[in-house]
Amino acid sequence: MAKLVAGVATSHVPAIGAAIDLGKTEEPYWKPLFKGYEPAKKWIAEQKPDVIILVYNDHASAFSLEIIPTFALGCAAEFPPADEGWGPRKVPVVKGHPELAWHIAQSVILDEFDLTIVNNMAVDHGLTVPLSLMFGQPQEWPCQVIPLAVNVVQYPPPTGNRCYNLGKAIRRAVDSFDPDLKVMIFGTGGMSHQLQGPRAGLINRAFDTAFLDNLSADPRQLSRIPHIDYVREAGSEGIELVMWLIMRGALDEKVREVYRFYHVPASNTAVGHIILENEA
Amino acid sequence: MKDEPNPFDDIPGTTLFDAQRSRQGYHLNMFCMSLMKAENRAAFKADEAAYLQKFLMTPEQRDAVLKREWNRLIALGGNIYFLAKLFSTDGKSFQQVAAIMTGSTQEAYAQMMLNGGRSPEGNRSKKDWENRG
Repeated sequence: MAKLVAGVATSHVPAIGAAIDLGKTEEPYWKPLFKGYEPAKKWIAEQKPDVIILVYNDHASAFSLEIIPTFALGCAAEFPPADEGWGPRKVPVVKGHPELAWHIAQSVILDEFDLTIVNNMAVDHGLTVPLSLMFGQPQEWPCQVIPLAVNVVQYPPPTGNRCYNLGKAIRRAVDSFDPDLKVMIFGTGGMSHQLQGPRAGLINRAFDTAFLDNLSADPRQLSRIPHIDYVREAGSEGIELVMWLIMRGALDEKVREVYRFYHVPASNTAVGHIILENEA
Repeated sequence: MKDEPNPFDDIPGTTLFDAQRSRQGYHLNMFCMSLMKAENRAAFKADEAAYLQKFLMTPEQRDAVLKREWNRLIALGGNIYFLAKLFSTDGKSFQQVAAIMTGSTQEAYAQMMLNGGRSPEGNRSKKDWENRG
């Protein structure tokens, strides 16, 4: 049987990808950030997941304003890195897991989560930066990846509660998949940041810390945070944190926090990272 | 329904990309999206005003693009992730454009971020900004 063993959350700031791609990770500005991911890289190298369900948002790369799916599940065999305006990142093509992806799609749709099935999708920094942070710069990504793109660009994004419950539905789908697979789920984006307008640069360490604490202590409370609180407290782009709740919903009620890292700034953003393992 | 105050309007210096702005900014944002292709970036750079005529934008939106007035572009329905295609074409980063939108210098903005960013204290409500004068 497939087994969901752990969840990982991390920010996906594009400048982090650029720092890796341009060989700047040892520069004083970036070094503390990449040092903070070293224990996570070691952990995942030991864990060796077969498949990662990677929750992220597309930043006007695969989806423009023509089609705006709230939840879009990548069911293809592979996903090329997107050209975001300066050429695609020179990272490996992302290999999917169509069999598990289609199983999840069928399972959650019958479970009343009507997500969109996508067979042709380029993936942008929202998906590739977390892979780079966890796996460095390999020739090929060491596992298969199922992209789950969530709309957080066009207001309104899905509620935290909807995301949390979708996570639970994804868990039921993984639990009912026969082949033996070690599965992880990533929630990406956040933490507090605002990229636009005269209030750009907003960072809220207290909000972020409470959010990290409650991922294990009280995720239900997090699932009830209304959109206005995210925007006011964590900045207009801090609302990406609803994606972390899909990851959290897919884990057991009780989880073990095995690692946490928090760093300000990466460009305009507070970088947050946490690893949660199921206890069983 | 129409006259109910929108609580998001109370957040200072922040524009929500909601249904109304998405409708207002559709062609502006789709122009930005076109800059994902190298050949379109080249055509735009060769003659910006002519290139903009290909899109059903308002004269005001075209003017704001030509002048790179970022806050005005947001007010006219631009979304930051779409506008990013425009400033990337110019070779500018998110941090550089964020600094411009806050009315700060690059150095002062970068230093603010190194110091932990803009605090939520005094930045939660338009009243906070009125009180600081």
